[in-house]
Amino acid sequence: MNSDFSTQVSRRAFLNNATVGLGAAALTHQLFAEAGLEQRWAGAVQPHHVARAKRVIFLCMAGGPSHLETLDYKPELAKMDGKPMPASFTDGQPIAQLQGKALTCMGPQHGFSRHGESGQMISDVLPNIAKLADDIAIVKSMSTMQINHDPAHTFMNTGTQISGRPCMGSWINYGLGSESEDLPGFVVLTSVGGGQSQPIAARQWHSGFLPSRFQGVQFHSKGDPVLYVGNPGGVSRDAQRKVVDGVNALNRFRNGSVANPEIETKIAQYEMAFKMQASVPELVDLSGEPKHVLDMYGAVPGDGSFASNCLLARRLAERGVRFIHLYHRGWDHHSAVKSGVEKTAALVDRGSWALVEDLKQRDMLKDTLVVWGGEFGRTPMAQGTGRDHHIKGFSIWMAGGGIKGGLSYGATDEMGYNAVENGVSVHDFHATMLHLLGIDHHRFSYPFQGLDVRLTGVEKSRVVKELLA
Amino acid sequence: MKSVFITLLLLASQTAGAVDFNRDIRPILSNKCFACHGFDEHERKADLRLDTREGAFQDLGGYAAIVPGDLENSEAWYRIVTDDEDDLMPPPKFHKPLTDGEKDLIRQWIEAGAEYRTHWSYAPLIRDEEIKAESSLIDHFVRAGLEKANLDPVGPADRVTLARRLYFDLLGLPAPVESIEAFRADESPDAYEKLVDRLLADKAFGERLAVYWLDLVRYADSIGYHSDNPMEVSAYRDYVISAFNRNLPYDRFTIEQLAGDLLPDATLEQKIASGYNRLLQTTQEGGAQANEYKAIYAADRVRNASTVWLGSTIGCAQCHDHKFDPFTARDFYAFAAFFADITEKAVGKRVANLKLPTEEEQAEIDRLKSEVKTTAIGQVLARDAALSQAVEEGAAQWGVAMREQAKQALLAIERSAKPTAFTSTGGQKFKLLEDRSLLAEGGNPDQADYRVTLKEEGTFKAVRLEVKMHESFPKGLSRGNGNFVLTHFRVKKGGQILPIETAKATFEQNGWPVAGAIDPSEETGWAVSGQTEEAANQEAIFVLREPVTLAAGEELTVEMQHRSKHGRHNIGRFRLGLTDDTAPNPPAGAEGLTPELLSLLGKEPKERTAEESKKLRDHYLATTPLLAPARAAHEKVVASLAKLEAGLRTMLIAESMDEPRMTRLLHRGDWMDTTGEVVEPALPAFLPKDSDLPADRRGTRLDLANWIVGDSNPLTARAFVNRVWMLFFGEGISRNVEDLGGQGEPPTHPELLDQLAIQFREDGWDVKRLIKGMLMSETYRRSSVVSPELLEKDPLNELYGRQGRWRISAEFVRDTALTLGGLLEDEVGGVSVKPYQPAGYWQHLNFPKREWKHDTGGKLYRRGLYTFWSRSFLHPAMMAFDAPSREECTSRRSRSNIPQQALVMLNDPAFVEAARKFGERIAAVEGNEEEKISMGMKLATGRTATADEIGALRSVYEWQRAEYTKNPGAALEFLSVGEAPAAETTEVAEAAAWAQVGRTILNAYETTARN
Repeated sequence: MNSDFSTQVSRRAFLNNATVGLGAAALTHQLFAEAGLEQRWAGAVQPHHVARAKRVIFLCMAGGPSHLETLDYKPELAKMDGKPMPASFTDGQPIAQLQGKALTCMGPQHGFSRHGESGQMISDVLPNIAKLADDIAIVKSMSTMQINHDPAHTFMNTGTQISGRPCMGSWINYGLGSESEDLPGFVVLTSVGGGQSQPIAARQWHSGFLPSRFQGVQFHSKGDPVLYVGNPGGVSRDAQRKVVDGVNALNRFRNGSVANPEIETKIAQYEMAFKMQASVPELVDLSGEPKHVLDMYGAVPGDGSFASNCLLARRLAERGVRFIHLYHRGWDHHSAVKSGVEKTAALVDRGSWALVEDLKQRDMLKDTLVVWGGEFGRTPMAQGTGRDHHIKGFSIWMAGGGIKGGLSYGATDEMGYNAVENGVSVHDFHATMLHLLGIDHHRFSYPFQGLDVRLTGVEKSRVVKELLA
Repeated sequence: MKSVFITLLLLASQTAGAVDFNRDIRPILSNKCFACHGFDEHERKADLRLDTREGAFQDLGGYAAIVPGDLENSEAWYRIVTDDEDDLMPPPKFHKPLTDGEKDLIRQWIEAGAEYRTHWSYAPLIRDEEIKAESSLIDHFVRAGLEKANLDPVGPADRVTLARRLYFDLLGLPAPVESIEAFRADESPDAYEKLVDRLLADKAFGERLAVYWLDLVRYADSIGYHSDNPMEVSAYRDYVISAFNRNLPYDRFTIEQLAGDLLPDATLEQKIASGYNRLLQTTQEGGAQANEYKAIYAADRVRNASTVWLGSTIGCAQCHDHKFDPFTARDFYAFAAFFADITEKAVGKRVANLKLPTEEEQAEIDRLKSEVKTTAIGQVLARDAALSQAVEEGAAQWGVAMREQAKQALLAIERSAKPTAFTSTGGQKFKLLEDRSLLAEGGNPDQADYRVTLKEEGTFKAVRLEVKMHESFPKGLSRGNGNFVLTHFRVKKGGQILPIETAKATFEQNGWPVAGAIDPSEETGWAVSGQTEEAANQEAIFVLREPVTLAAGEELTVEMQHRSKHGRHNIGRFRLGLTDDTAPNPPAGAEGLTPELLSLLGKEPKERTAEESKKLRDHYLATTPLLAPARAAHEKVVASLAKLEAGLRTMLIAESMDEPRMTRLLHRGDWMDTTGEVVEPALPAFLPKDSDLPADRRGTRLDLANWIVGDSNPLTARAFVNRVWMLFFGEGISRNVEDLGGQGEPPTHPELLDQLAIQFREDGWDVKRLIKGMLMSETYRRSSVVSPELLEKDPLNELYGRQGRWRISAEFVRDTALTLGGLLEDEVGGVSVKPYQPAGYWQHLNFPKREWKHDTGGKLYRRGLYTFWSRSFLHPAMMAFDAPSREECTSRRSRSNIPQQALVMLNDPAFVEAARKFGERIAAVEGNEEEKISMGMKLATGRTATADEIGALRSVYEWQRAEYTKNPGAALEFLSVGEAPAAETTEVAEAAAWAQVGRTILNAYETTARN
């Protein structure tokens, strides 16, 4: 069986041949599916060009933040407040909860001000992020294909609404490998607090058809920080060590008679697991951070807040984790968008700023790409006192890792409805992110169902060069 | 034509080393050329197609892409080898250059005449008569392959390995020591076959195969999208288990799943089987668009059914014609149309439409139903003449006695005002009753402000407030203790307060006059001692300082505040009116009667129609104290029946609509584009059919199923046989078991696959026979330990010179641990169960929020396939071992080897519990430490432990015993992980040490390895 395939073959060299050779699909498939993988994955691709970013921290503002109250300043919309939405914008467009209802404009509910030398307009509810005006590029012309939360997250994470595809964190770990000896390469953090919360499913960090080792590992703020990382009751670390030693001894003896590389890998994985049992608790324990750092983030050790997770993200980045995905839920403001945005913004503003600032101080921002944004935006039309889901135009920001700071890119129309200038699709965003990581998205695929499947799909997508420093 | 084809086939198999189109050339063309020069005419470049002979050879104006046997004049060859970047094919920007090896194959192929063949899986299945005589088709073809490569296979596996292999492969369970020993001791020539037969007849066989089938059909216990609410389909899982155990022929199995509900006189089993059609992912998300989800579901069904039964990726033709196989977008939508008859809500809860009572439950239902009839009031009266007479007399008296009251009550309704808007603070909601009163529901806060809007034309001097009792109140006039305190009563018009001059009430509690409701203080207010037994309806009149005039459309707002320090003193039900009265009326009686009944009561008896009389009589029967005991007895039976029915096991099955949904061809798959033409159900155009669909009616799922298992369909048998082969050899004969199409893998042994498929069909789609044939082969029985020669020459084991070896599937890892721990409950079937799962793992699910509450008792120890399958958050122990989320078809699980698996097996309480119970078994073995350890190893691996292994485990034992002797508290803590009680012992340190030995053996790779 293929599990006998010798580990002596250089995997990377083999793959490079295999992906252009006959029967490539089968070979790669079998290789990844089964044994013989070295403990630390070295990545499936050699960088296609010089990488600007080594890792990504994605601050996912789940629920769909209103771009009109955060990053996209629309004075014309204010003038239309209370007036009917011109039908030319909305005819034939997909609409979520406002289906079949009268559509009335709602002006921006918060003021905007100019910030930094770049003079970027940023909402007054984000006073700390505003201090980053010269570090961040704001993309104001995002659009997506999915109007409901779950499929929209799936689309943002995997580039398709079809379930069972790998998400970007898995893709990137598959492509570039892990830099950490004792931590997974893809970590997911979900913060607590923030009111009404749309559900979020584990499919958002699933490796899909890629091998399970590329799956995101969720860290928890309560109980075991990683599932099953704690010893059973009544088992000390020494007792656990002794059991692991026993397991590995049995495996070594067995392998002496059957010569199965799968067993060698197993031994390595038990060692890795044992290391994780120490490294993960150490990692998530923020109590050793100096007070000024905790204060900068507004983090209280153990509170599971977004701020604490931002600090944790920095610690993960320092330890070589390739993709760190933070979810903060609570942006789904179908009603009371004014107070709602204010409240949710207050929960994420300081942590977001502190993370970028901290990375900068540690000279890590230069090779860490930070992304801040949700799965879609919100309608210029009112839904009572709130706004409905909106996919034709919304905003995100990016910083570090080769991104040009102080830039506003693209624009929606005067109502903030359609992205009309320099539109950026989700696939364009993926292509750009991969580019920063040294990957040409055209050449980054995995054979599945007879296709060379890409994160960026089959439609044309582009690297948004204008965003690059 | 056919005979020519066969001749070619034979020729090809005879000329070893010659280029074979399907094996050597088609994969190259498919992967590197067809995207632009293939089936999809929209994407076709230069009007050239290379997927057909005609296309490749056609005259392009004095030249042709391929000229058979003539390399020089084949334009395609020039394009492949040229140095001119502009002419080079595939274009460099396509990033799919041809390798030198591929170029060489193409060169040989053109030189040899550029022969085209039907893609292997679409070619008809043709029996090779000569081979039929052979004892084992498998060994025949595998031996030939090895001989051709001049390789020797490894020898047969030893009996321990064989027994364990059979148990894992057929049952998903570790072989018991006794079975292994018996098999080793059995010297009869058919010892092996007897074991195979015994295991094929074991009820665990169905469970094992179900695990694979459920992956294919994406069986899960939750809907998948967004809120991922539970759905009840576990009876389908049990059907699959039973079908494999009964050895239901695969064609029946197919038909029943796709269309069991459409079979004439469908049995319960067949209806349950049709639940296949409901297994897809669905949504309940608010704001989800029905039309979008209809399109999503249609595509989901095409993807799944075509992958499961045909090994085809028709799903890829959703947005455009398939690029690598001859499926068109029309084929895709026509396939989808077969499923358009299934009744379902696009967005919303999946409400089970089949109830599955057990025999006992059904008997109890029947009993209760008959009791519902016999306890009905009509029956009671028919049996009891005296009661009947008393009731008749009572009804007559009631009719007379109520007449005056009814008239008053009706008048009271007429002079009240119907509120047009009403709100309350503090979570209360109002229900507007027929008599225009408002009933408070929902939360009952300590304080509440009511606001009611009235629209009534005219000029009025006062506002009337009637406070009324209700049957839903424990007593009196509020939902609290029966009393209320109205601290403020305000009347507003256009935002202006209309001053109130005086207020009068029918009753005032001492110290709580109604005047308190019109002064500014919150300390004072109107109360009525409603908590006393004599509580009655009350009324207050609030006389305005100036009469108010309301024009048409003008509104009056009444604000009623309950801000007393006495909590929950909120009026429970009230009615407002605008009036010229300046004093309250005594409250009318006749409570609980609708306006309709009130007006009927007011009529002369002889003026009532029969129907009207019946209405009154029914009301009387439903309320008279004379019948209270009879009613209570009846309601009790009705409630018992309802409770029983609500607790029945249910199932989502397919139900056909008379008017199927319209299926349109969606351009580029865009559900918002409604310009595409309407398509009717139709079979994929290019695939062979026994007969066309009937012309006089719409094609059904049953038609589709019949075609799938029809004689001329070449895909179904190939797809299934190929996958079954994978289950027993580790890889498919065509290694891409998902896709037998152009982008799949040519079979390593094409003749073998075809002959097995033909045999399977001719054997009446007999699944057990197919499997037995594989198990009886020499090929299956080989050792899995590889020889250096095979490792070098055939690293991927494409020639099957040795058996495969792999870690068993997630469910079986769990089953193995439970078996070793002696905990496994081997009951078959039932609703899904919940073993231990880390607290808070479901915290990110919402609508509603929910907690995983693990089961207790035997349900904690059921086999893995019964674990509740949540698509959003699959059980983490299952996920760590590669169990798929079952959102889509999974035809081959990956088999990863990751640290999370170590964490699960070391630390998941289910595994710790199993390990410590395993430790108890080891400790209970008679003999010294070495003998105990040796038996532990034997239980887990079937074989005798080596001295080294015993030494290593002894070291674990001794170290742990010493530690736990120092810390008996820790030993007790460790021995109490999980709910299974530990065996009584005074030697806790020793018990804990043996538990650690059990844990060590359980974690050893070999314990969960199939070799």
